[in-house]
Amino acid sequence: MRLVDEYRDRDVALRFAAAIRARVRRPWSIMEVCGGQTHAIVRFGIDELLPPELTLIHGPGCPVCVTPVEMLDKATAIAARPGVVFCSFGDMLRVPGSELDLFAVKARGGDVRVVYSPMDALALAERMPAREVVFFAVGFETTAPANAMAVYEARRRGIKNFSILVAHVLVPPALEAILASPACRVNGFLAAGHVCTIMGLDEYRPIAARYRVPIVATGFEPIDILQGIAMCVEQLEDGRAEVENQYERSVRAYGNATAMAMIQEVFEVVPRAWRGFGPIPASGLGLRAEYAEHDAERRFEVTTVTAREDPACQMGLVLQGLVKPPDCPAFGTRCTPEIPLGATMVSSEGACAAYYRYRRLAR
Amino acid sequence: MCLGIPGEVQSIVAGELRTGRVAFGGVVKEVCLAYVPEAEVGDFVVVHAGFAISRIDREAADRVFAYLDAIGEAER
Repeated sequence: MRLVDEYRDRDVALRFAAAIRARVRRPWSIMEVCGGQTHAIVRFGIDELLPPELTLIHGPGCPVCVTPVEMLDKATAIAARPGVVFCSFGDMLRVPGSELDLFAVKARGGDVRVVYSPMDALALAERMPAREVVFFAVGFETTAPANAMAVYEARRRGIKNFSILVAHVLVPPALEAILASPACRVNGFLAAGHVCTIMGLDEYRPIAARYRVPIVATGFEPIDILQGIAMCVEQLEDGRAEVENQYERSVRAYGNATAMAMIQEVFEVVPRAWRGFGPIPASGLGLRAEYAEHDAERRFEVTTVTAREDPACQMGLVLQGLVKPPDCPAFGTRCTPEIPLGATMVSSEGACAAYYRYRRLAR
Repeated sequence: MCLGIPGEVQSIVAGELRTGRVAFGGVVKEVCLAYVPEAEVGDFVVVHAGFAISRIDREAADRVFAYLDAIGEAER
């Protein structure tokens, strides 16, 4: 496929790897923020092309993984109600809540549906005016414009039976939380290219300056990731800490102004709890008061939330980059994609799932 | 979750909500183009959750391969 295959060229990848090896002098740890990047790294063996001085640390950039248990419990409670059609991206269905996941609700007769876009859920609401259609609005900045548009259109077209359960999170506050931790060993970041496509680069500049870390907005194909690493290493070896843009074919420095305007119209910045991290101030999005009638949390008052995690699961440490998935005692034994303990094993972008899928047999 | 797939804009319908047909290899999908007002037929766009989020800059797309020359791969 055009604009995909050329960024997977083996010879070009090997040339990038050689250039990185030639440049590295000292040991560095670089965190790739996005779970999509983690999967590409493990799937294509990019980490194995790197010199021993370089360590890749897998970041928290999997919205499915960081959605807190109490939000999953709310989702399953709402989905189980009669008359509700609960729509979600497919990733969320197997993520364990305290007692149930959305698949279990579906198996017990709940009307749970996988959609490709929030606009599909809106179209369902329009077609089924007697039902309450709820969309599980999970995601980072990348997904916020899509979810904002669905709500905006619901209000504009008077589709009253459409609401969203909002669990939106923002990337920069999570990077700050990682950098502020005393256990932090990240020297540089590959920022998530599609998040930056929406929000631009400006929010990263004060973070790079304050914590003296290079931040390189990076794409998702193997060549993108290798170039992002090369740019990061170049800065680290030069003693620079700047924001740079590897993924310039999609990322403009100012972001996508039209999409940002729609996010501002519908959402406001709110505190959010992150699974594996705990509460992070100003780290999420919630609906503005003008759109409150489309807020599923208000429409369906859910109070019976237990929020219990399995104590054997180390996903919090995995998400903070402090533990690699195979080092967790439950990895591949008590915890598998079929019967996951934590969200990082079930999400298609979770670090544990990546190692289970691509590295389990190599161990 | 933040998966974005590049596809080619085949047609555009300018309505209350700008939409169009986008081809991904052999698969064609209806996509919302409201966030890429600058995109025209023949442009490539990155699509996420049914929305185009950027128009791909073809010159920048090629610059990736010039980077190796720029950093002096000759260091090897």
